[in-house]
Amino acid sequence: MLDYFAVFELPRKLQIDGEELQRRFYELSRRVHPDFFQTATPAEQARSLERSAMINRAYRTLRDLVSRVEYLIQLEEGRETREGTTAIKPRAPVDLLEEMLEVQEALQKAKAGGLDEATRRRLAEERARLSERRRAEEASLLQLAREWDSALDGDGDRTALLERMKQALAARAYLNTVINDLSEALGEETHTHVSHRRH
Amino acid sequence: MSRIVGIDLGTTNSLVAYMEDGFPKVIPDAEGHVLLPSVVAFTADGVLVGDAAKRQLVRNPTQTIYSVKRFMGKGYADVKEELRYFPFRVLSSEEVVRIKVGKREVTPPEVSALILKALKERAEAQLGEPVARAVITVPAYFNDSQRQATKDAGRIAGLDVLRIVNEPTAASLAYGLHRLTSGIVAVYDLGGGTFDISILKVKDGIFEVLATNGNTHLGGDDFDRALVDWLLADIRARHGVDLARDLEAMQELRLGAEAAKCRLSFEERTVLTIPFSQHGFTYRREICRADVEALIEPLVAQTLGPCRLALADAGLSAEQIDEVVLVGGSTRVPLVRRRVEELFGKPPHSQLNPDEVVALGAAVQAHILAGGITNMLLLDVTPLSLGIETLGGVMSVLIPRNTTIPTSAKELFTTSVDGQTVVDMHVLQGERELAKDNRSLARFELRGIDPMPAGMPRIEVTFLIDANGILQVQAKELRTGKAASIEVKPSYGLTDAEVERMIEESFAHAEEDVASRLLIETRNEADTVIRATERALGQGKELISEEEVGGIKEALAALTAVRDGSDRDAIREATDRLNQATLRLAEVLMDSALKAALTSKRVTEALEQKSR
Repeated sequence: MLDYFAVFELPRKLQIDGEELQRRFYELSRRVHPDFFQTATPAEQARSLERSAMINRAYRTLRDLVSRVEYLIQLEEGRETREGTTAIKPRAPVDLLEEMLEVQEALQKAKAGGLDEATRRRLAEERARLSERRRAEEASLLQLAREWDSALDGDGDRTALLERMKQALAARAYLNTVINDLSEALGEETHTHVSHRRH
Repeated sequence: MSRIVGIDLGTTNSLVAYMEDGFPKVIPDAEGHVLLPSVVAFTADGVLVGDAAKRQLVRNPTQTIYSVKRFMGKGYADVKEELRYFPFRVLSSEEVVRIKVGKREVTPPEVSALILKALKERAEAQLGEPVARAVITVPAYFNDSQRQATKDAGRIAGLDVLRIVNEPTAASLAYGLHRLTSGIVAVYDLGGGTFDISILKVKDGIFEVLATNGNTHLGGDDFDRALVDWLLADIRARHGVDLARDLEAMQELRLGAEAAKCRLSFEERTVLTIPFSQHGFTYRREICRADVEALIEPLVAQTLGPCRLALADAGLSAEQIDEVVLVGGSTRVPLVRRRVEELFGKPPHSQLNPDEVVALGAAVQAHILAGGITNMLLLDVTPLSLGIETLGGVMSVLIPRNTTIPTSAKELFTTSVDGQTVVDMHVLQGERELAKDNRSLARFELRGIDPMPAGMPRIEVTFLIDANGILQVQAKELRTGKAASIEVKPSYGLTDAEVERMIEESFAHAEEDVASRLLIETRNEADTVIRATERALGQGKELISEEEVGGIKEALAALTAVRDGSDRDAIREATDRLNQATLRLAEVLMDSALKAALTSKRVTEALEQKSR
């Protein structure tokens, strides 16, 4: 499996200086972009296209914390999965299981026959609470990223850290789905394809 | 090497530009006109393009085609709603739009090719040399079919289209060259038929598009239609005549409405006077800016949604935009300027002529490709998500929208029935969950799979979006490593065979010798490869083995030997052989370039500076 960190000559650390990553991305692009190979041999043109595509993919994957962590897990476990998808299955956080059952029930009802004002208010509150929880999962991901980086430098249980990162990602993915479902039930627009946010 | 020109193939007007002394210039015709009306008239005496064709709009409405850009890469079903606004006849068919002119049927790429040819001839007359290569702009929100149709139009016109570049990003290059903008820039581009919003980061000569959005069916034409409908109702009320079925009168009214709209961008009120002698009256009506603004308000509002979506995709708020640039003739409308200023909270730039800036930017991009500018680089994105149809009619996204191009994604396919030798895939573009709600690009058939039990074959398909935003598909059987053959059925495009037939037809009309033309093309291609190989050898001879160098030199000599002969196949074969021989050299060169990039002094210095 191609190591995107190595593409940018970076160690496999999760805290990345966005400005620095961008500078390296621009520098590589200046060397291999098809714009600069218009008069080259067809073989060079094909290579330039391929390398450019790879660098663009690598940059897109690494510039965002969540996709960076997902990628690191794949890399460390030596699994190859499709670009843009993750092997991590959404899973409800254990402490929320009961609550989730109730929410799913209310959602089913909403699908079957509309929402009364009280339920609507409850679902909106639920959504706010879950969004808060999602932020907490993201914060914990950031904390785990710090721990991972120091584990790389010294010693630390990297396998355990990967496992905890997987849990945080699974919870976040699950929360995303439920929050989207809630927004839909409340008749609000959702983005089907969640874009990668920049910092 | 001949010059590369930049072409803005617009809905209403088209332009051609080139670089001179480090700055782009638009090329005027013999009368000094820069804008070529994108109108083509098929008359008994031949084909007219531009101003001459525009004069045929009223006289010869059914045979005079305008706004053909709205039909590029479209099917009949896509456009049938708006056909009532067009006097010419569009045939109902399943696939590509076909327009009936006289006894002929023409496709939108063929009509666009006539416009491109007129621009090519204009450039040749002005520059005094043949022009064979061009960069052509398209709306950023154009999908794969629309881009491919534009490229086909170039080929039919006898142009080698080196790059399809997005209009708003081209405009940003023109502004960037003049150092008028930097930081986070929003380009709001409202033309005759299309709307785009692109958000870019401009830094150190890199123009990185962060997000783009738009509507390929919204522009000044729609403003005109709203005004025409309003005038029609007024004429009915005041003169008791319905002009809607009179094709000539409708063209008079459309042109009158368009002119009045343009005047109202600079005046508060104007008077429209059109003599309808056939109907025995002259229509005279005073129109104020407020009337038109009330009519177009909902249309202008439709541009704001895409702006917000682009901001969201870029992860930015409106306040974080440093500069706003206006592009396209319709941004002269004061209401448009007001709404844009309100949305972004700052007055927009329009120092460069909004009609010309896209062509100027295309010329800049052409100069980059020619190697004339090395410190500027455009990194654009694909506007729409690309995916395939999976079980249950759901679209599975392979490349999300706003991914920097070129980009690629791989997907594994297999068979579902024992002994199956063909696998189908349906490629889509769009943001909806269900396949049927998205744009169908093409159906691909992977053929020649060895008969095996179901699920055994492993066919890896690579979807690559190139720097033009156009999809290329390759397939490989993983066990054998053998390339699988792919048959493409474009949903709304021309097949290669059709394009080639059109090229031949266009030469037949020009009474050119097709065979000699093709021979020249083949020789030019051979020359390009010879020159490029010599350069590559000069750069990296010591990076490969002597044996490999020998192989390349041998193939080089073989091509040089046949180059001046008249056997086209022999030249082509020798060219292919030379290409094959250089494969490894290319790989080695590219990898050493990559390595050099990060270890170069520049980066090291930058790093040191940063750590201080």
